[in-house]
Amino acid sequence: MSRDRTAAALAVTCALLLAAAAIAPQWLVFLLALALAKGLVVLGLVLLMRTGLVSFGQGLYFGLGAYASALLANRAGLADAALMIVAGTVCAAAVAAVLGLLLARYREIFFAMLSLAFSMILYGALVKSSALGSTDGFNLHAKAFAGVALAAGVERRVFFAVSVLALLVVAWLLHRYLSSHWGRLSAAIRDNELRVEYLGASVYRVVYVNYVVAGALAGMGGAFAALAVGHVDPETAYWTTSGEFVFIAILGGTGNVLAPFLSAAIFEGLRTVANQYAPNVWQMSLGVAMLAIIMFLPGGLWTLLRRRAA
Amino acid sequence: MSTALAVLFDGVVYSSWLFLMAAGLTLIYGVMKILNIAHGSLYALGGYTAATIAGAWLAAGHAAVGSYAMLLVAALLVGAVMGPLLERGLLKWMYGKDEVVLLLITYAAFLILEDAIKLVWGVESKLLPEPYSLPGNFRIGTLAYPVYNLVLIAVAVVVGLALAWALYRTRQGKLLLAVIHDREMSAAMGINVDRVYLATFTVGAMLAALGGALTAPMISVSPGIGVEVIVLSFAVVVVGGLGSLGGAAIGALMVGIVRSLAVRYWPEAELFTIYFVMALVLIARPKGLFSPPEARKI
Repeated sequence: MSRDRTAAALAVTCALLLAAAAIAPQWLVFLLALALAKGLVVLGLVLLMRTGLVSFGQGLYFGLGAYASALLANRAGLADAALMIVAGTVCAAAVAAVLGLLLARYREIFFAMLSLAFSMILYGALVKSSALGSTDGFNLHAKAFAGVALAAGVERRVFFAVSVLALLVVAWLLHRYLSSHWGRLSAAIRDNELRVEYLGASVYRVVYVNYVVAGALAGMGGAFAALAVGHVDPETAYWTTSGEFVFIAILGGTGNVLAPFLSAAIFEGLRTVANQYAPNVWQMSLGVAMLAIIMFLPGGLWTLLRRRAA
Repeated sequence: MSTALAVLFDGVVYSSWLFLMAAGLTLIYGVMKILNIAHGSLYALGGYTAATIAGAWLAAGHAAVGSYAMLLVAALLVGAVMGPLLERGLLKWMYGKDEVVLLLITYAAFLILEDAIKLVWGVESKLLPEPYSLPGNFRIGTLAYPVYNLVLIAVAVVVGLALAWALYRTRQGKLLLAVIHDREMSAAMGINVDRVYLATFTVGAMLAALGGALTAPMISVSPGIGVEVIVLSFAVVVVGGLGSLGGAAIGALMVGIVRSLAVRYWPEAELFTIYFVMALVLIARPKGLFSPPEARKI
């Protein structure tokens, strides 16, 4: 067995990102902040995929996280980023804990479709609620972090630095989790859940826990995205947003906790370039890339890195 | 009384439209076990092609009645070109992969086709109002309805009956049912499964394109029309049970009537109710209303 270099890679990545938070130009900070927020969502999705489940409805928790944190800032007047992030995560986790009771019983295409249905219910509700700005959504402005007031222009950098720290903690915990007893059960469930049941483990419980963790991560990602963009709209819960997360997950692969962040960064970078030079063929290139990955690199881009390392 | 009738009629019109989309989707799933996200793009292609062909027909000064035939020609054309292209060019190489992976592959095809449509037809919307306004209106109580709605219902009924007849009363249909039941055994008995797949996918593509072609006169055909349709028809087939034609009809009626009730009495909840019905049905019957029981394999 090869030595586990994930810890070192994680530390180096976070150090580089923190340096970027301090000195990188505004546009790069924005791009990376969005990539990290989406990476958090995809990290949850990867956890589900390792259990053999593909959710086409992570937009539900992404949207919930974004709206919960934005509402806290706008309506409750608590425009403190730390509180907003906690609110987004907790709100998504709470909904996931309820829906998970039901969804943990579904597999394959039915899991994908039912989670899609729930995300579209949220989308439908948001689109029609004029109090929340309908299809336009609304702006939010966080002025402080954990009680410390932030100067205009600096706040985005601070939020990004916070999301880097969140990445560090979450990725490390999830890495530990995946190599633990329960994490290994997840892979076994993907291979053959009936045998796992016969061996005496509760498939339902593992799927449920993984689902709630994925929901909480998506909520946290939604809150960070809302902070980075300064705006929320129902599009966050639409099925194409969920499809985007699935795409990023497939692109990176499920091999490592860092893969989602790598592929989210590539995705956001490519999108910026495509918006500039070829906005009309952006989706087409996504589709072609997705087919190529499925055909030639079923393990995602991460397998390329692994091959180089080995 | 007349309100109830109007709500019911609206619901049935919407159901007919839903059924055209759902029938193709459920047929393809039943035979090939592929939940085809690209179905939405085929719908959009049908709409664009119809707007172009029928628009050219009318612009050339031919009889306006012929534009209905042109809608049909557009649907057949899109199905006959795109069906084999997608099945032979893409899906044929992917059989044997997980259902979820196949879902992702059709998602990729959907993304590619969305941009291809924009490249061919541009981003401006296309209008084709003539076939819709031509037959005039009729009245239910005090409310006026376009006669075109009746055309939509008639087409859906004819398509449903024709599909049922083809499936259960013809030799080809029985071969198809055999393939649905057991693909490997059918192949061993000498059925050309390859050809059944191709035919199924082509027919499914034609139905999607027909849905689009018939919708083109009612809306302005613009980029992104396929995006919403696809999740709607998903909801319908999942409610009815994947792969069941009767289920698609019942699912379409349920979703259509619930939606028209919502539009009448609680308009804010229109989108919400459709997916709420879907979630409710899946909670009560995890695999939809009309799905055959399955053996668990160890």
